[in-house]
Amino acid sequence: MSPEEERVIRARQAGRAKVMALLLGGFVLLVFAISIVKMTH
Amino acid sequence: MTPTATTLSAAPPVADWRDFLALCKPRVLTLVVFTGLCGLLAAPVSVHPVIGFTAILCIAMAAGAAGALNQWYESDIDALMKRTRARPLPAGRMSRESALHFGVGLGGFSVVLMGLATNWVTAAILLVSILFYVMVYTVWLKRRTPQNIVIGGAAGAFPPMIGWAAATGDVTLMPVLLFTLIFLWTPPHFWALALFVKTDYGNAGVPMLPVVAGERVTRQQIGLYTIPMAVAAVAPWPLALAGWIYGTVAVATTLIFAVLAAVVTFRTSDAGMKPEKQLFKYSILYLFILFGALVVDRWVLA
Repeated sequence: MSPEEERVIRARQAGRAKVMALLLGGFVLLVFAISIVKMTH
Repeated sequence: MTPTATTLSAAPPVADWRDFLALCKPRVLTLVVFTGLCGLLAAPVSVHPVIGFTAILCIAMAAGAAGALNQWYESDIDALMKRTRARPLPAGRMSRESALHFGVGLGGFSVVLMGLATNWVTAAILLVSILFYVMVYTVWLKRRTPQNIVIGGAAGAFPPMIGWAAATGDVTLMPVLLFTLIFLWTPPHFWALALFVKTDYGNAGVPMLPVVAGERVTRQQIGLYTIPMAVAAVAPWPLALAGWIYGTVAVATTLIFAVLAAVVTFRTSDAGMKPEKQLFKYSILYLFILFGALVVDRWVLA
């Protein structure tokens, strides 16, 4: 694998990790909001 | 074992996050989300915004999962069609295993979240819609019969019913009519597309109606299916399930649809495919307008 190919793969992995972190953060907030709604309604 | 240059180059491709997004067929998702949202907003019961948002998110995730599993199963024929060969799997940007895991995981997650956030009736319908699209349409019908999109069209007809069920917890005549409308809308919509991408489907060996039965039969079928579709579109008005706003919009937009379908049906010239492309584009707009009118009608006249 050339350094250029490795750089591309690392960039993709980093991009996926960032998107996954955002999605997980969003999921935590969503579950929190659903819990509050279920408890108050 | 330390990976060598050989094992690394033979390793499966590392897909970009945009490839996973493309796997969900985002353009199809817009119509699915919109009709699901309209089903939710047209229901006679108001739903908390957080629960409503979650329900729509689950519909989108389930549709994305179904799209991913569809692309996983069809990567061989996608590679043969000009329209689909740039997708992540046929283009070699993603491994089939990744697509399968992503589709199954996303689908299962959407069903569980829907059940926990809304109710299990809605979650069950959501699960059926995913299984119907993947098992009945993709695996069973698509490569076997020209009636594939007629029966498979039911999969795309579920979202408004799911949206409605998320709000009310049950399924009544109105969501069944909305289901019927999309079910009957699918054949003219897809066959109009199939008429101008016939060669693509033929090359891939997909038995779409124009490939198997020819253009003439396809045109007749477009005209025939438009009739019950028009009835289903207007029916909520005389049945007092929707008001005059929806009724007026439904009559006007369905008339335009019928005229465009009639032009395609009675056309004998093979020169160009402008009327077919017009019908295809309008059919998408038609559904957006019709469902939008339903929500406006419900909110204004409620």
